[in-house]
Amino acid sequence: MANIKVLVAKPGLDGHDRGAKVVARALRDAGFEVIYTGIRLTPEQIAEAALQDDVNVVALSLLSGAHNTLFPKVVELLNEKGLTDVLVIGGGVIPASDIPGLKAAGIKAVFTPGTPTSDIVKFINENVKA
Amino acid sequence: MAFEDIKAGLDKFNAGVEAKLAKAPERANLEPNRLYTPLDLGEDFDYVTKLGFPGEYPFTRGVQPTMYRGRFWTMRMYAGFSTAKASNERYRYLLANGGSGLSCAFDLPTQIGYDSDDPMAEGEVGKVGVAIDSLADMEILFDQIPLDKVSTSMTINAPASVLLAMYIAVAEKQGVTPDKLRGTIQNDILKEYAARGTYIFPPKPSMRLITNIFEYCSKNVPQWNTISISGYHIREAGATAAQEIAFTIADGIAYVEAAIKAGMDVDAFAGRLSFFWNAHNNVLEEVAKFRASRRVWAKVMKERFGAKKPKSMMLRVHTQTAGSMLTAQQPNNNIVRVALQTAAAVMGGTQSLHTNSKDEALALPTTESVTIALRTQQIVAYESGLADTVDPLGGSYYVEALTDKIEKECWAYIEKIDELGGAPEAIAKGYIQREIQDSAYKWQMDVEKGARIIVGVNKFTQEEEPPKNLLRVDASVGVEQAASLAKLRASRDNDAVKANLAALEKAAADEHVNLMPYILDCVRVYATLGEICGVLREVFGEYQAHTTL
Repeated sequence: MANIKVLVAKPGLDGHDRGAKVVARALRDAGFEVIYTGIRLTPEQIAEAALQDDVNVVALSLLSGAHNTLFPKVVELLNEKGLTDVLVIGGGVIPASDIPGLKAAGIKAVFTPGTPTSDIVKFINENVKA
Repeated sequence: MAFEDIKAGLDKFNAGVEAKLAKAPERANLEPNRLYTPLDLGEDFDYVTKLGFPGEYPFTRGVQPTMYRGRFWTMRMYAGFSTAKASNERYRYLLANGGSGLSCAFDLPTQIGYDSDDPMAEGEVGKVGVAIDSLADMEILFDQIPLDKVSTSMTINAPASVLLAMYIAVAEKQGVTPDKLRGTIQNDILKEYAARGTYIFPPKPSMRLITNIFEYCSKNVPQWNTISISGYHIREAGATAAQEIAFTIADGIAYVEAAIKAGMDVDAFAGRLSFFWNAHNNVLEEVAKFRASRRVWAKVMKERFGAKKPKSMMLRVHTQTAGSMLTAQQPNNNIVRVALQTAAAVMGGTQSLHTNSKDEALALPTTESVTIALRTQQIVAYESGLADTVDPLGGSYYVEALTDKIEKECWAYIEKIDELGGAPEAIAKGYIQREIQDSAYKWQMDVEKGARIIVGVNKFTQEEEPPKNLLRVDASVGVEQAASLAKLRASRDNDAVKANLAALEKAAADEHVNLMPYILDCVRVYATLGEICGVLREVFGEYQAHTTL
């Protein structure tokens, strides 16, 4: 399979990007091609970047509590652009009770604080469609 | 005992324990020496120049002569969520339970200058703090709180001038004149570019707004702390203890330079500069960091800027326990972490303290968990004995050696940043961001390798039920705020709003004009935060971040 391409993105207004940057770097060290968008992107900008860069994975990070609104919106917009094969994952300060709803909305995995980056690498390797 | 005797004794001691420690290399090879002695202070250790007395240059032992024998630090709990009404209730609860100052958390749209009904605010209204759109919300936020009696800290940066103006206007309505107001605005834009992310405008107009505030307050709100130069978020983003104080003091140097360049006398404003440190997990390293930071700032102000007043040389500091050290796993353990971090801040000599709640790796804190966090401060203050004597660890061989080491690392960074052209340039070049990111990545890799143990995360883990009773901010807050905004826009004097916004726009275009009076005129007629920042966005443009990985 060709190199896996990952877009690490921060939707919404949250500026906490320590986690996003650490994950981006760990994914790069694991051999993926990684693009980090920087902070404060709208779901539209993220979906557009995913289309332009032809990525296999969109990894969303959000610590502000706006995940229930913004994560599903990214999935919706990706689907509208026909990017139905893109694996969408998320992470951040996300209460366990929100995770089933996010999964139902198309977020394939949610990684909460304390997750080793190796778990994320493993999940991507096992779930990206060739 | 002579130094030669100590040296001989230490050699003998080391030889004696080497063999024993070889059996446990994991602990034996930690970074600090296993034992500190007078040798680590050096033969020429001079008490008076290095430490001095509390309240005296170089302030190593504290900024006040009395410290906690005079009064305890201000127990200032950072709070705010949902609507002004809900946050007002939390503030009054905290004050009724022994909190001694307020600290306002604003939601992200407020921090970035968007009204609650702006499309950019979608999903974020009331989430990480309280939503403030206009003076009307601010009036509710401080309802029944006498602003001449309480001191209030506001975590607000890019739109700091607007929120300060609203605070002044609420006080006017309570019959309190600005000279009676006590509190702090964070107003530290450089660390927003480097680590926290709630910037709006480019550096130049941002620095102008900051110096406008310095000048306006020096004349009209003399008891107000006009900036809280913040290492907290730099540390949260992954910096080490030495990086935290070095990058922050470098930011402080940039603010002082900007104000002097704007024509102010250093002693006219420097006494109102304040700082904000993180209280992290390593207790003694943190104590040393506080002490080193006071010594460095005193030298910077005296030697670099020629300050004359002792007040201008004092690093007064608010502290918050490290949010990034809270674990989502076994959240009750966080109570213990916060207690130790509190001990560090108190032994470090903080002027005010926020303690985090055990559930904050998962959500905003509930009233119950906030109460435990406040009680933690009270237990440290009244029961632990840590506050009974000034700078209790002063003279400890280890703490003094560590204070010297952190000070040295701090100076090396300041020198490097000077070479790059100062903090704004170093940030524009991505230098500070990269240093922070490298430290963050190293920390995470150490945790994953098991070289750094986090109890409940990579050791002593256990299966557990997800915690119940987390605080939830309902999405209806956004709808509610938007409805009140529509009502406000229909009922206020829109001609006055239009005229005052136009006057602000004109003033903003002339860089020699102080914008504070114009912003005050806008807030008084209920122009919204988004409208005021919108006008400034038009004139100043917006900051474009350069992202580095």
